[in-house]
Amino acid sequence: MSRIGELFTRKRAEKKPVLIGYITAGDPSPERMPSLIAALERGGVDLIELGVPFSDPVADGPVIMKASERALAAGMTLAKVLDLARAVRLQSEIPLLLFSYLNPVMRYGFSKLAADAKAAGADGCLLTDLSVEEADEFVAPLREAGLDTVFLAAPTSPPERLRRVADHSSGFVYLVSRTGVTGEQSRLSASVGPLVESLRARTALPLAVGFGISTPEQARETARLADGVVVGSAFVRIVEAQGAGPGLEPALEAFARALKTGMEG
Amino acid sequence: MSVTKLEPDAQGHFGPYGGRYVPETLMAPLEDVERAWMQSREDSSFQAELSDLLKNFAGRPTALYEAKRLAEALGGARIFLKREDLLHTGAHKINNCLGQVLLAKRMGKRRVIAETGAGQHGVATATVCALFGMECVVYMGEEDMARQRLNVFRMRLLGARVVGVGYGSKTLKDAISEAMRDWVTNIATTHYLLGSALGAHPYPVMVRDFHRCIGEEARAQMLERTGRLPDTVFACVGGGSNAIGAFHAFLPDAQVELVGVEAGGHGIRPGEHAARFHGGAPGVLQGSRSYLLQDGDGQVLLTHSVSAGLDYAMVGPEHAWLHDQGRASYTYCEDGAALRAALQLSRTEGIIPALESAHGLAEAIRRAPGEPGKVFLVNLSGRGDKDIDIYRAVFPELDGDEPAGDTPQGGTA
Repeated sequence: MSRIGELFTRKRAEKKPVLIGYITAGDPSPERMPSLIAALERGGVDLIELGVPFSDPVADGPVIMKASERALAAGMTLAKVLDLARAVRLQSEIPLLLFSYLNPVMRYGFSKLAADAKAAGADGCLLTDLSVEEADEFVAPLREAGLDTVFLAAPTSPPERLRRVADHSSGFVYLVSRTGVTGEQSRLSASVGPLVESLRARTALPLAVGFGISTPEQARETARLADGVVVGSAFVRIVEAQGAGPGLEPALEAFARALKTGMEG
Repeated sequence: MSVTKLEPDAQGHFGPYGGRYVPETLMAPLEDVERAWMQSREDSSFQAELSDLLKNFAGRPTALYEAKRLAEALGGARIFLKREDLLHTGAHKINNCLGQVLLAKRMGKRRVIAETGAGQHGVATATVCALFGMECVVYMGEEDMARQRLNVFRMRLLGARVVGVGYGSKTLKDAISEAMRDWVTNIATTHYLLGSALGAHPYPVMVRDFHRCIGEEARAQMLERTGRLPDTVFACVGGGSNAIGAFHAFLPDAQVELVGVEAGGHGIRPGEHAARFHGGAPGVLQGSRSYLLQDGDGQVLLTHSVSAGLDYAMVGPEHAWLHDQGRASYTYCEDGAALRAALQLSRTEGIIPALESAHGLAEAIRRAPGEPGKVFLVNLSGRGDKDIDIYRAVFPELDGDEPAGDTPQGGTA
């Protein structure tokens, strides 16, 4: 079983939700990333989504969009994200999910990514703009290399699509909490509950919910429904505010701890 | 060379191109658009309403005009212009907007969003929304807003809200991204009226079909006027909607050469042009797979063209397919040549073309002297009023109180 699968199995046995943290790789700098990830892990993040920056992030709101611009300006590439995974593996066994748009991965090559990501110690990959219809050339090489492929399920997905999303996913299924782009919101969308129920009926895979979860209260509410909770923009906003200053790691760690405490409370 | 397939497969693939590459949230809405569009094709009342609007509101069929003074000045091929610039709102864009706004109405949408580069699609969208009483929001890069101020004002006059996009290259690409973000957030109420033969299926084929009338009319008009088909059809290619509309009726006519003209900008160097077939490689952007200007890491390159409507990093997927099959060829025209072509058409024929259309025209002008006896058809996709500020900047000797009457020396912008 993959690190991702093991994580969800273990947490399920402990009856604890999984906290998933997204950060954009390369922001504030490629060199700083291992220390950011270590801080998130100390604060209680169980799984890291490593955002691969892209020039045209159509699914992202302003916070992650600006982080992508900063990361690209700092020289981040998919190859360097894999270097980062390798560096993280020297210090930690935390599961790492690559989170990217399709084009950088397609340019790199699916088979080459599968081999290199596995060798670097990454555990899987999610491609925001890859529909299950177009996914075969991506899923086959990654699975063959022992990597998980995670797909998005949306409130707009009809039942037939939910089934196909689950069929193409391994590790977990990522549920988009609401129609819209990434970014914080003041309250949890009402569409989460029905979406979780609908997917539960179609797959035994763990379900994680993301998009718009930014407070310990929202994390707690989400954790009652799903196996995992994804927080992205709220972490990235801390990176934006702290920049490369010395307060960055302590702030990330403290916020992760607040989320974790909230979720488990 | 003959083309074996004129239609994409059920998933919208033109060979290896096209398809549907969007976040999952947009998949079901795209399926809804596809379903409504398929039904509308079979629905005679829809088709009758569209035909009536194209004729009596937009002004179809458009004229086919032989540019005799231009041809005489060049010495060589005969040149015919398909006058899409005479349509209401000043460009071919209205064809697609009328089709899609009827679809939006059928789907029960009350709000329409669009992106625009040169502003022609934005104006056409604002126009049809005014006509149907729909709320209209147009996304436009801030750089494009600055260089197409007239069209920004026209949209506002028509009741649309124009939202500036101030990140990335601040041009068409970023306007599309912002429109996609709006759509994914407001899908329940909103139709995304995409303005070119780009994006996820069904947009490339649907937009093409709404523009097919260009080539169908032109083909019949050429036969009627000259008793023969043209030897070569020229059209500018940004996303490629006017070109695919002009080309499509000629695809089975293997003897008719089809030439798409991309924006060469300042020349073929990274970031200085928008000629996707000259430096681009297959990639995925904003819903579709096609030729894309990108770097070695798969990041999309910035583009440049004096013409906002051609200033885009990806070409429509059907063009990629026609390119690979060799059924159409794609060249490019730099800013200066397009500006000189615009001036020449203005002075010889009394027609001021849009800068986009001037690119297609420039290639016909370049080739005409060497091809006597040949018959050229140029799709004059839009008129140049919107570009007056650019023309004024490039030809300063024509501005001011006592302008010189001579041929200006500009055209090197």
